[in-house]
Amino acid sequence: MSQDTLFDKVWDLHKVSNLRGGSDQIFIGLHLIHEVTSPQAFGALKDKNLKVKFPDRTVATVDHIVPTDNQSRPFKDNLAEQMIETLENNCLEHKIKFFNIGSGNQGIVHVVAPELGLTQPGMTIACGDSHTSTHGAFGSIAFGIGTSQVRDVLATQTIAMNKLKVRQIWCENQLSNGVFAKDLVLHIINKLGVKAGVGFAYEFAGPAINALSMEERMTICNMSIEGGARCGYINPDEKTFSYIKNKLYAPKNEHWDNALTWWESLKSDENSIYDDVIKIDASKIEPTVTWGITPGQSVGINQQIPLLDELSPNDKLVAEEAFEYMSFKPGQSIKDIPVEVCFIGSCTNGRISDLRIAAKVLKDKKVSKNVKAFVVPGSEKVANKAKQEGLDQIFKDSGFQWREPGCSMCLAMNSDKLIGNQVSASSSNRNFKGRQGSPKGRTLLMSPAMVAAAAINGKVSDVREFIN
Amino acid sequence: MKSEFTPPIGKITKIYGQCISLIGNDIDTDRIIPARFLKCINFDSLGESVFADDRKNFKGRHPFDLEENKNASILVVNSNFGCGSSREHAPQALMRWGIKAIIGESFADIFYSNCIAIGIPCFTLAKELIQKLQKNKDDKFLFLEIDLKKPLAKSKDLNFNLEIKESSRKMFMSGEWDATSTLLENENLIENKFTKLPYIKFNSSAYSNG
Repeated sequence: MSQDTLFDKVWDLHKVSNLRGGSDQIFIGLHLIHEVTSPQAFGALKDKNLKVKFPDRTVATVDHIVPTDNQSRPFKDNLAEQMIETLENNCLEHKIKFFNIGSGNQGIVHVVAPELGLTQPGMTIACGDSHTSTHGAFGSIAFGIGTSQVRDVLATQTIAMNKLKVRQIWCENQLSNGVFAKDLVLHIINKLGVKAGVGFAYEFAGPAINALSMEERMTICNMSIEGGARCGYINPDEKTFSYIKNKLYAPKNEHWDNALTWWESLKSDENSIYDDVIKIDASKIEPTVTWGITPGQSVGINQQIPLLDELSPNDKLVAEEAFEYMSFKPGQSIKDIPVEVCFIGSCTNGRISDLRIAAKVLKDKKVSKNVKAFVVPGSEKVANKAKQEGLDQIFKDSGFQWREPGCSMCLAMNSDKLIGNQVSASSSNRNFKGRQGSPKGRTLLMSPAMVAAAAINGKVSDVREFIN
Repeated sequence: MKSEFTPPIGKITKIYGQCISLIGNDIDTDRIIPARFLKCINFDSLGESVFADDRKNFKGRHPFDLEENKNASILVVNSNFGCGSSREHAPQALMRWGIKAIIGESFADIFYSNCIAIGIPCFTLAKELIQKLQKNKDDKFLFLEIDLKKPLAKSKDLNFNLEIKESSRKMFMSGEWDATSTLLENENLIENKFTKLPYIKFNSSAYSNG
């Protein structure tokens, strides 16, 4: 059993009671909600005649269903309009802070909370969304929950949960030029598998992690869940603190110094005990691209899609399914596979640094005429910053469509969808069958820089040929 | 989809029903319920859309469309079932189709806790035994009686132990899987915890002027 890790410290601090069944009752410091997984929870409160216990500890925004072309109200899609109205009414009724479209602070919930300084070290953070693990980048314990648990957090600010084990993933050396956080996390998921993290929290550590910016760290923690770990975190350091400082909800004045002292004390102790430790050599990683139907099915840009015989018996079944669905052949090179749609955005890679690197690749270049390319900023703040820097113009000049913030084609709940069996190069997090809105659509996950390179060439390409 | 749906309530100690097999590892919640069906403000109509895209591809031959399975209630799956999105719509859709319990090699964490929270016990079983259950093609109508007290399952010819997290098992036995009221019993402890968390103080001023 783990001891003295950040996870242990934060978990123990938030433990309210031992429940009769044996699980722990855990206090949730920050609860984030959005329009898709909250309406039924508010409905259940009504049925049970319960109130929201700590309305100040819940913050709402709208992201999954928002259109990215025309956001004027009412939305063209009646169901989407009904969902945003329901959220508006629930927030109003229960006095919950809501960052609506046009507020300047709306966006993907996992982009918004960090940029407002809501996400802080040492908190427990829950949201009805599996990518809540993103917030672990700040040394918080953050995890996705279902709607019944959203109800429980609203009603009690606590949930029933079993403590997770802790696996440290020690990333040695440094990522090489043209290789990004997305490549590192895809590589980790490939090495460990998509279910290795079940029952675990992942602590990402080591020189390669320390070197990452806060936004890159969010990309890593965001995809913990794709490796099966519902929680992933990184010990806070100077980068964490300076990212938070002066944000809207950051501790101010004398509170800042107290916060800093406390945050420092949360780090995993030097002699802390882990349930498991894995080492990864970051310097050996290439730009990485998925070829299959799980985020674990990836290869380096200069590698071939594996042969069935190279895979473990457990992986073969899903690989066979992937070959059939993707129409790729075992042994085929990943490089040069034609792509038809390029998507930059999502809670994984829709932040300002993601847009900057993609714009750097695209500057003075044109998107291939066979490609439909669009960029969806992660939040209104990201969009505004990008416009200030002239990035929107670089995207537009290259042939990318510049859209309004939201989740968009990461999960295609709005009208941004693949058509038929189109192949997309996507900076998002899931390449599941049908994920991007067409039951036959095919998704190749990669870093935003790699999406930009694919857009220019109209096929999977090595971004290092553009930026070196 | 079965016509009359009544959600489970109270103690769940025994489940009797026909098995339905779904073969495949890493079956994610996008496949269980594609995102377009999440555009709803209640769960009521999800049952008919469970595995919508897979079923369309199988043109009537998907296990959830086979006549012989129409009354099945115990789903038998392979490894990492329910990975991906946290959407509770996935187990809600399964439940509304008629599933009352799931037996699998392994489950994704969030899917598992969603199932427990809505009253669907999930049991694990060794791969070989799962495959034996799934391959039992002659036995179109494999009926199991699951007893959560032991926990074990038996049929006419089979008798085997099932595994389930002890905390989950106890919650089903006592009826406390519907956690809200249990959590609320500790209201004083919750208030205490709230006042003792360091960051509540750091942020109090910031919250009020936001």
